[in-house]
Amino acid sequence: MTVSINRRKAIAGIAASTTTLFAPAVLAQTKPRVIVIGGGFGGASCARALHAGGMAVTLIEADARYVACPFSNLVIHGSRDIGLQTFGYEGLRKSGIDIVIGRATTVDTDRKNVGLADGKTLAYDRLVLAPGIDIRFDALPGYSEAAQEIMPHAWKAGTQTLRLRRQLEAMDDGGTVIMSIPANPYRCPPGPYERASLIAHYLKTSKPKSKLIVLDAKDTFSKQRLFQNAWKEMYDGILEYVPLASGGKTTEVIPAEMTVVTEFARHKGAVVNVIPPQRAGAIAAAAGVADRSGWCPINPVTLESQLKPSVHVIGDASIAGAMPKSAFAANAQAKHCAAAVVALLGGETSPSPKLINTCYSIVAPDYGISVAGVYQPANGILADVPNSGGASPVNASAAFRAQEAAYADAWFTTITAYAFGNA
Amino acid sequence: MTRFLTAAVFCLLPFLASAQVAPPGAESCGGCHGVPGTALPALSQLKSDQIAIAMADFRKGAREATVMDRIAKGFSEPETEAIAKWLAAREHRP
Ligand SMILES: Cc1cc2nc3c(=O)[nH]c(=O)nc-3n(C[C@H](O)[C@H](O)[C@H](O)COP(=O)(O)OP(=O)(O)OC[C@H]3O[C@@H](n4cnc5c(N)ncnc54)[C@H](O)[C@@H]3O)c2cc1C
Ligand code: HEC
Repeated sequence: MTVSINRRKAIAGIAASTTTLFAPAVLAQTKPRVIVIGGGFGGASCARALHAGGMAVTLIEADARYVACPFSNLVIHGSRDIGLQTFGYEGLRKSGIDIVIGRATTVDTDRKNVGLADGKTLAYDRLVLAPGIDIRFDALPGYSEAAQEIMPHAWKAGTQTLRLRRQLEAMDDGGTVIMSIPANPYRCPPGPYERASLIAHYLKTSKPKSKLIVLDAKDTFSKQRLFQNAWKEMYDGILEYVPLASGGKTTEVIPAEMTVVTEFARHKGAVVNVIPPQRAGAIAAAAGVADRSGWCPINPVTLESQLKPSVHVIGDASIAGAMPKSAFAANAQAKHCAAAVVALLGGETSPSPKLINTCYSIVAPDYGISVAGVYQPANGILADVPNSGGASPVNASAAFRAQEAAYADAWFTTITAYAFGNA
Repeated sequence: MTRFLTAAVFCLLPFLASAQVAPPGAESCGGCHGVPGTALPALSQLKSDQIAIAMADFRKGAREATVMDRIAKGFSEPETEAIAKWLAAREHRP
């Protein structure tokens, strides 16, 4: 077992003397080793913050290229190149983080090691899991790995995003597009409604005889009034929204017939986008940190698993109380998680977090809206700070909406620079 | 020997940096602020009292905002002041 440095002693040492309290060799040997699994917004950000905090960090990521989901709805809209969504790990590697491209397949929380698909085993003092989501192919009758090629979810960005874009482009003017939206919880609560808005905008401007039917397994959703006002204003007659109460819940999909079955009806589409139910990335269950819901319960102060010691879970995979599953939240949790890990490995108590989330949505070009929240531990969860946060004002000028769209773009630049940049 | 000493200092610097543990919430501000040249205002030119005053104005609704009013309401005055001090100290580091 690696011995971690007592941080306070180390600092006292440096302040008291510039000579011999610690020999470099000893320091090198005793740097605590932290493994991060998953190089998305959560994992990449955490690796960076842990490294800045003096840990020896190994980041295990399955793919050499990361394709970001935020703003991928604009790729589907046809107004953004997927190249702008794509990032590598060179910046992290250059900063001194050990990058391992490969899939983690096992976690032994007793022996504290991670097994890779290629048979290698890596030991850790603490582990951070940030595997994002997996699609639950067992949850929606008719939906499967084969079905996703016909009815793309595009809920992991990359080939799925491009597939949906191409299908929309290839569709005849007059064709019907169908979207199926799941019940909570799922990645990016406002994401489906942003996508519906942007598909409607594409149809309005490029396929004016077409229609979009949005089938939802719920009756209420994030930024609902803002979205619905905008739909009325801009997409009346194009976008038809069917909530749970009107039979919006998808019960089955039939890819061979391009049909979505709901409690009340059958809908046939020329393009069908199924956003299926999800769970934490499979490695979470393999590590024993996912509960029966498929997600990972965590301590709201340390973001440590409630099920296994020395394992922290951040980002979409975690049950983060009132915090939504967003890139913004994953990044905020990552930075706090790093502080908690550094403190705990130094034998100190973890600081208590206060976290922010903001999700911007683009409803049309130059038309952005947002929802913000501030969170802190209360009653065992990350709870909303009372009387804070909320959505953009309902009555705002076009200039205000344009300003938020510009801020959304700036946010993407900032967050991806933090996670993947060279800075 | 000096070379070894330099190495030792480098090894410890990150620990020193993290010793100035960010006050609660401060790291989250970096989700939007911190990369120069975007539409979002940089905080690097602001002194800590300027940040604290701006936050107080946002909280009270005395300053126009698209989102800062909603965020500032989540922080008390002492929390804001601690964040402002930490941000200013960090941003002004060479
Ligand atoms: C259409 C859409 C729009 C969105 N828009 C926004 C937005 O505007 N703002 C916002 O804040 N959020 C947005 N989101 C949500 C955001 O994408 C996610 O919340 C965010 O990616 C979560 O980060 P994460 O690190 O938890 O997971 P991810 O970013 O998914 O990263 C997980 C990583 O782990 C890797 N991995 C998984 N298992 C293993 C393993 N066993 N071994 C090795 N590597 C592994 C994966 O390859 C992946 O790279 C959007 C999502 C979608 C789908
Ligand atoms: C979601 C993005 C976002 C986050 C997170 C955020 N800000 Fe801001 N900030 C903005 C925007 C946008 C503005 C411009 C005013 C507005 O439209 O709300 C701004 C303006 C400011 C200003 C005024 C800058 C100036 O030039 O006068 C200060 C100070 C500030 N923010 C501090 C903070 C602090 C402190 C935090 C963390 C507690 C924070 N911000 C978190 C987006 C953000």
